[in-house]
Amino acid sequence: MSATTCNDIEGERRDPGFLRRTWAMVVKEFVQMRRDRMTFATMIFVPVLQLTLFGYAINTDPKHMPAVVLTRDSGPLTRAVLAALENTDYFDFKEQVRDPEEMDRLIRSGKVQFGIEIPASFERDVRRGDRPAILVIADATDPVSTGTAISAVQGVVDTALRRELRGPDAEVKSTPAPFEVTLQRRYNPEGITQYNIVPGLLGVVLTMTMMMFTALAVTREIERGTMESLLSMPIKPIEIMIGKIAPFVLIGFVQMTIIISAAHFVFGVPILGSVTLLVALSTLFAASNLAVGYTFSTVAQNQLQAVQMTFFFFLPNFLLSGFAFPFRGMPHWAQAIGEVLPLTHFIRIVRGIMLKGNGFADMQVDAAALLIFMVVAMGLALLRFRKTLD
Amino acid sequence: MKEIAIDVTGLTKSFGTRTVVHDLSLQVPKGEIYGFLGPNGSGKTTTLRMLCGLLTPDSGRGTCLGYDILTESDEIKRNVGYMTQRFSLYTDLSIRENLEFVARVYGVPDPRQAAREAIGRLGLSTRADQLAGELSGGWKQRLALGACILPQPKLLLLDEPTAGVDPKARREFWDEIHNLAAEGITVLVSTHYMDEAERCHEIAYIAFGELLAKGTAREVVDQSKLSTWIVSGADLHRLAAKLETCDGIDMVAPFGTELHVSGRNKRALDAAITAAKKADGAHRWTRGEPSLEDVFILLMDKPKENFA
Repeated sequence: MSATTCNDIEGERRDPGFLRRTWAMVVKEFVQMRRDRMTFATMIFVPVLQLTLFGYAINTDPKHMPAVVLTRDSGPLTRAVLAALENTDYFDFKEQVRDPEEMDRLIRSGKVQFGIEIPASFERDVRRGDRPAILVIADATDPVSTGTAISAVQGVVDTALRRELRGPDAEVKSTPAPFEVTLQRRYNPEGITQYNIVPGLLGVVLTMTMMMFTALAVTREIERGTMESLLSMPIKPIEIMIGKIAPFVLIGFVQMTIIISAAHFVFGVPILGSVTLLVALSTLFAASNLAVGYTFSTVAQNQLQAVQMTFFFFLPNFLLSGFAFPFRGMPHWAQAIGEVLPLTHFIRIVRGIMLKGNGFADMQVDAAALLIFMVVAMGLALLRFRKTLD
Repeated sequence: MKEIAIDVTGLTKSFGTRTVVHDLSLQVPKGEIYGFLGPNGSGKTTTLRMLCGLLTPDSGRGTCLGYDILTESDEIKRNVGYMTQRFSLYTDLSIRENLEFVARVYGVPDPRQAAREAIGRLGLSTRADQLAGELSGGWKQRLALGACILPQPKLLLLDEPTAGVDPKARREFWDEIHNLAAEGITVLVSTHYMDEAERCHEIAYIAFGELLAKGTAREVVDQSKLSTWIVSGADLHRLAAKLETCDGIDMVAPFGTELHVSGRNKRALDAAITAAKKADGAHRWTRGEPSLEDVFILLMDKPKENFA
């Protein structure tokens, strides 16, 4: 214990115990860190997760976006235009449709992001110099993802045609362009970013707050010791779960009202669809997040762990749902993960109702996904909920 | 023949490799106050939890109020009031809110009225809106008991209900328990306090997960076959150290200005005392009665001797 065994750095106050006591603290912290597996995992996995998502999954210049083609002309020129468009890598032609209604329906439901219509007698009109119009319809609810693709269309089609039109038709080339491209940015013609972000924010806020509320629900009872008493009373796990979730549905309802009102009145986001439907599906979404949070709370050992779990869950929701970055811009594996996250489906629902004026029929799949998510989460929670202290 | 409220045999419970309760059998007659004694970690809490369905026994079977503890825990929960060792009401709810919650969970017809009555019984009418967490230790215990008896259970399981409570509050608590027993409620109560053990109709002593003795306090003392001498005088500490090494003396315990010297074998103890008396003239030696505490400490030491 002598001062010589523990020499201080020069300039430090000469207190032989300084390093010793600091070291004691360091050792204790390391031991505790090692015991707290969840914190340890957070420290390792969060950077890895973020690197992977930001490094591989996220792409602000999305390629291979699903598109449909409506061709009323089948000549070589049409094929050349389509080939050129596909060669840009921006478009991934899913199918040919026969009528404009079908194309509209596919765009509205979000199954495809682009619709390209080549008019009848396109080839003849080009050769005649009549400057026919190719119609490109873009789902502009997410202006970022469609912007670059749209700007690429004009130039590409132009060069493709010039290559095709040789020989006797060469003089057609000399005119400014042998055809026109008519662009339709549907649902958000001015490409206003808020139209995209603000509705999505409804989903993000609900995810974050709802999960956080219920994630603490069961762990708090266990930590405070009240669970022992509760379990000795004649109350069933499902009654505890519903009783704990229900009040927060009401809170979610208040949150929804605030965000939807602000979106509409402050940010000027249109609500083309039914407000009732929007609120009803938002409530379903809130409930499914509450169920997820509740499931976490039946798994977590303590409140800190529960919070860490919600963070783990929130991160991919935020990044892979299409809220922060274009969904179609992500590689397929990331889209596959995104498909099983509730926020992905909810964002489609909100944007669909607010910007596209979608009805329930257009969003059955997404609504069903939310419902399944909620039921599975609740089922898991009930399975995990320990009726005894074993 | 008396009706039996708790009747279990062969209860065993392990956590991992550690056996906490081993082959425990217990019969508690209806309307009795049954004391459950034993050192910390002896398996008292685990046993109480198995009785009210909070833990599933690894083996063993039995009934609580006639309901099977393995299959009818819903029925048991409806009729049993379990008071946990640690205060387990909601500290961020008021007294009234806590009691109303309990009343609602048990499906009491008029929860508000039931809570109001319970508050009146507890003498907390003026403090009904105070947060439960702000109450002193003694009041917390009374409130917890009040919450337990509100749904009118037939059996009370009380886990060290008076730990850390002052003597007056403890006395009142026990008076209340006797009143409840008089109304026909069966009470199984665990405790460390010997005076409380003596206020029970019957006691069971459990250590290291095994039931070592049961019966009335008198019977337990008699069964132990323990004899005791009481020594008084100066410098007892040194004498105690000397006596502890003598054959025939199993236990030496200081009680204020006296030493209790006990042994399981009366003849061996008397011989040791005679020898000690001869060597030491400064102390007063009198034959005494072993206390319940002497018996329990001896019971606790027994298994250790076996290992030695």
